[in-house]
Amino acid sequence: MKRMKLVMVGNGMAGVRTLEELLKIAPDLYEITVFGAEPYANYNRILLSPVLAGEQTIKDIMLNDVDWYEKNGITLHLNKKITRIDRKNRTVHAEDGTSAEYDRLILATGSNPFMLPVPGNDLQGVISFRDIHDVDVMVDAATNYKHAVIIGGGLLGLEAANGLKMRGMDVAVVHNSDNLMERQLDPVASKMLQKNLEDKGMNFLVGKQTEQLIGKDGRVKAVRFKDGQEVPADLVVMAVGIRPNTTLAESAGIHCNRGIVVNDTMQTYDPRIYAIGECVSHRGIAYGLVAPLFEMAKVCANHLAEYGIGRYTGSVTSTKLKVTGIELFSAGDYMGSEGTENLLLSDPKGGLYKKLVLKDNRLVGAVLYGESEDGNWYFKLMREGTDVSALRNRLLFGETHLGDAGHGGQSKAAAMKDCDQVCDCNGVSKGDIVKAIVTKGLFTLDDVKLHTKAAASCGSCTGLCEQILSHTLGGEYSAPEAKPMCKCTDATHDQVRAAIRDQKLTSIPDVMNTLGWKREDGCPSCRPALNYYLISTWPKEAKDDYQSRYINERAHANIQKDGSYSVVPRLWGGSVSVDQLRAIADVAEKFNVPEMKITGGQRIDLFGVKKEELPDVWGFLADRGLVSGHAYGKALRTVKTCVGSDWCRFGVQDSTQMGIDLEEMTWGSWTPHKYKMAVSGCPRNCAEATIKDFGVVGIDSGWELHVGGNGGVKVRATDLLCRVTTREEVLEYAGAFMQIYREEARYLERTAPWVERVGLPYIKTRVVDDAEGRAAAYQRFLESQEIYKFDPWAERAKGVDQHEFTPLKVVTG
Amino acid sequence: MNAVVKKVAMDQQWIEVGTVSDIPKDGARVVKTPLGDIAVFRNRQDEIFALRDKCPHKGGPLSQGIIYGKTVACPLHNWNIALDTGIAVAPDEGCAASYPIRMEGEKVFLLLTPNEGCPNSQ
Repeated sequence: MKRMKLVMVGNGMAGVRTLEELLKIAPDLYEITVFGAEPYANYNRILLSPVLAGEQTIKDIMLNDVDWYEKNGITLHLNKKITRIDRKNRTVHAEDGTSAEYDRLILATGSNPFMLPVPGNDLQGVISFRDIHDVDVMVDAATNYKHAVIIGGGLLGLEAANGLKMRGMDVAVVHNSDNLMERQLDPVASKMLQKNLEDKGMNFLVGKQTEQLIGKDGRVKAVRFKDGQEVPADLVVMAVGIRPNTTLAESAGIHCNRGIVVNDTMQTYDPRIYAIGECVSHRGIAYGLVAPLFEMAKVCANHLAEYGIGRYTGSVTSTKLKVTGIELFSAGDYMGSEGTENLLLSDPKGGLYKKLVLKDNRLVGAVLYGESEDGNWYFKLMREGTDVSALRNRLLFGETHLGDAGHGGQSKAAAMKDCDQVCDCNGVSKGDIVKAIVTKGLFTLDDVKLHTKAAASCGSCTGLCEQILSHTLGGEYSAPEAKPMCKCTDATHDQVRAAIRDQKLTSIPDVMNTLGWKREDGCPSCRPALNYYLISTWPKEAKDDYQSRYINERAHANIQKDGSYSVVPRLWGGSVSVDQLRAIADVAEKFNVPEMKITGGQRIDLFGVKKEELPDVWGFLADRGLVSGHAYGKALRTVKTCVGSDWCRFGVQDSTQMGIDLEEMTWGSWTPHKYKMAVSGCPRNCAEATIKDFGVVGIDSGWELHVGGNGGVKVRATDLLCRVTTREEVLEYAGAFMQIYREEARYLERTAPWVERVGLPYIKTRVVDDAEGRAAAYQRFLESQEIYKFDPWAERAKGVDQHEFTPLKVVTG
Repeated sequence: MNAVVKKVAMDQQWIEVGTVSDIPKDGARVVKTPLGDIAVFRNRQDEIFALRDKCPHKGGPLSQGIIYGKTVACPLHNWNIALDTGIAVAPDEGCAASYPIRMEGEKVFLLLTPNEGCPNSQ
């Protein structure tokens, strides 16, 4: 079948997006030719501001390079401006005489910046902010000149001002109304923005009408206003708005009215000719933001592919300002009108302002200043017309305030529906991203950008995309997995674990041979992981490879910055006897331990012990009944307890004994990362069990079991797993949870991120609902403990691994 | 063989520090000298190297690091140091002095004068 000819005039974001959408659904239908007036392939125009500010480069913002056109069989004419359409013969003609025939034509001619009709607007140094050329001129001016004046205090003007300021120019912004960005912000937010930008060093001339640009030797040198004031200007950037570029369409007799008029399928009055992007007028509106243009592109592609479904019915738009350090979001009817009411949170001094506009209990507009992370959520409520009457009293505080912090077990991305939009620039839903991640095997944000375009435009949904990525890759075990373990292999942590388990690999060389390790000796990143996977999967069969362990685990003590070691004996459940205290005092005295500290885990840390002395220190402690506290290992560390019902007038359970029992059961076990437990004797929770990997809280009727807490860099409260009645149940659940963590988490993954990754429901299924599975996991734990529950200190005091603690040779004199 | 050992002893510079099997594969042992510790490494291929036992970064004892190929990772902040030259692997910059090693069969001999070209020799 002979292919139809499709010609596109204009090579910008909207047009090329249409082609991309078309190639996705009908790759062979057309022979495609593209004419672009600029010398560049398709780049991301809305990221010109970061380029101007020096935060990104032109290379970063290229969306489709020349290779892309070639690869897709598209004929690309750069630097060729089409000046005539011959609708009768269905041909287009460029300035230089190049012509092309079409069966279908797309007009994607974009818009032109509006230049104020004032004298001097053609002087050198007077430009708009529209394309790479303008950015080049501005960057050049910033190197050679001092004073920049931006005319127009809208979104684009402020981004230009910020960029030039960052490049070291003195910047003044002229605005004819009293409020900056008055098309996106209400006066309060506008004043806060102005104050912020003034603090960054920008000057504002608001309520000023430009009368004339004054030049010298052909180059601009000052701006004069109607009130007679003059300001110096070596560079004038006009950012007072855009006009749809309709010249070509009009010359061909296509109906235009402040834009090329199109219907809901993006067709012009000539049915063979479509129009798309900033050049069109749809239902009387010309859009200048990228999200609506991409929605148009989808519809247009759908019709070009002869599917004939999908209509574009207009867009609600939202805005974010791309100025680093300024958080701003605006959407919908932000000013409010008749019949609307406002919810306000205003803290001008703290730099926070939130205004939500409601109509009939539905959100119709929002302005956020200072904090904008809930913008997407508000925008979603707005577009879906959700009745917010039940949320009114908490609505202003954002989505995270709706749930119980600490009992979620789900990230925000997890709570989103598949149809929820993630990237508002490119109209990509969560479902699209998840599907791409799974079917195409994506695992980086860059891949997601590349394949779905989410986060590839303004970048403000980057965080959300990352969440979806991690949620998608992490939650589903059969899905293509996260990134390779390290540079030595292409296999992921989970693949390696599976291979070790399924093929019964029992040594590091076995694993490396079977999985084709690229570096024969591995590296300090994969070797400790492999060793852990081996001994946790095959406790009886695999041999612990000490040379693949980090020094602390090899030496059974914590290396300190001066190369000495610290020693922490185990104090079961944090309780101590006179003899134990005396033993610690004696060892400290005998070996001149320079410093001791009580640790956060209710133990005593002896600092500054020399490596050669470790076996003697340990022998001394072992003789007095003290064993290793494993304070140095990815292992069971400590079980912290409160005093409990023996003494405490509030205690309802014997937390100290429970702590001792748990510690006696689990000590010596190796885990993917350090593992801490705590037991509190009543809900007052003095042992802080709710920030531990496994926390037990006594209640009148028994025990509450909590999992996945962390008190470190990122505090995470535990999730409540369940309640149980007896001591035996506590031990079984504790052992089963720990074993499943040992078997399934990735090396160096604490329980907190692990629980978040796999989700609390999964943990509950395994540990609570499946009684048989729980018992089996508990059993596997106990079996492993038969091998690993021993005191490594006592062994070494008796001579094991002597080489580790003695010099090879002492040279004297 | 004996003649060679005698020559070394007479030289008063080459010091016999032990045998290859005294050092674990992928491991290191320390030679204590009046001028500071020297770490003697043995990799999986049984090559022997000697470096001043002090990372050029913050002085961490390299003898306590994980050894892979011809590289050791410092236990304090994971700088990677080349065993044969003592030079830090890019992007880190710095150098731990390296010492000449001579093998006589299983026996390891060490010269206490470091190779030239590294400032971190004291």
